[in-house]
Amino acid sequence: MAEFLLACAGFILAAVAVGLVRVLRGPADADRMLAAQLLGTGGVAVLLLVAAATGVSAVVDVALTLALVSTFASAAFVATSDGE
Amino acid sequence: MSFVLDVFTVVAVAAGAFFFVAGTVGLLRFPDSLCRLHALTKADNLGLGLVVLGLLPQVEGALAAGRLIAVWLLAQLAGTTVTQLLARSARRSGPLA
Repeated sequence: MAEFLLACAGFILAAVAVGLVRVLRGPADADRMLAAQLLGTGGVAVLLLVAAATGVSAVVDVALTLALVSTFASAAFVATSDGE
Repeated sequence: MSFVLDVFTVVAVAAGAFFFVAGTVGLLRFPDSLCRLHALTKADNLGLGLVVLGLLPQVEGALAAGRLIAVWLLAQLAGTTVTQLLARSARRSGPLA
């Protein structure tokens, strides 16, 4: 089961990383932020899978922190782009 | 019983991975920002939700399961708020296609 969960984690990470092409292509800044948002959510899923596969439950806390930080990143983007 | 739970985990996690791929494809292929936002929310909600659902039988104890659900709920709440803000920002910055 652990091998399957780790394989799924790698698969999701690869899929989300391909989505980062949107950061290069744009065209609007909001599109770039969407790719970062997908990376945040995908990263949370990957960390949860790794936590279950390895049995290190502290990784769940890392996932929780990543979810919080990616939210703050998007909120900061909206706050600064509205200010200009 | 453990075999049934393992099958449930495999099916749910694989379905979650599928939704992440669908989100990526939508993000790359859809024509404008609001369409891409639509694809992204499916990956956010269903992808992460199915992965968490699939992992629930693999953790022992109600506390560990509760932590997983707490992560999912935070991601749901944050994702909903953030996509709303991003949609407003995309709408303001350019004319709707």
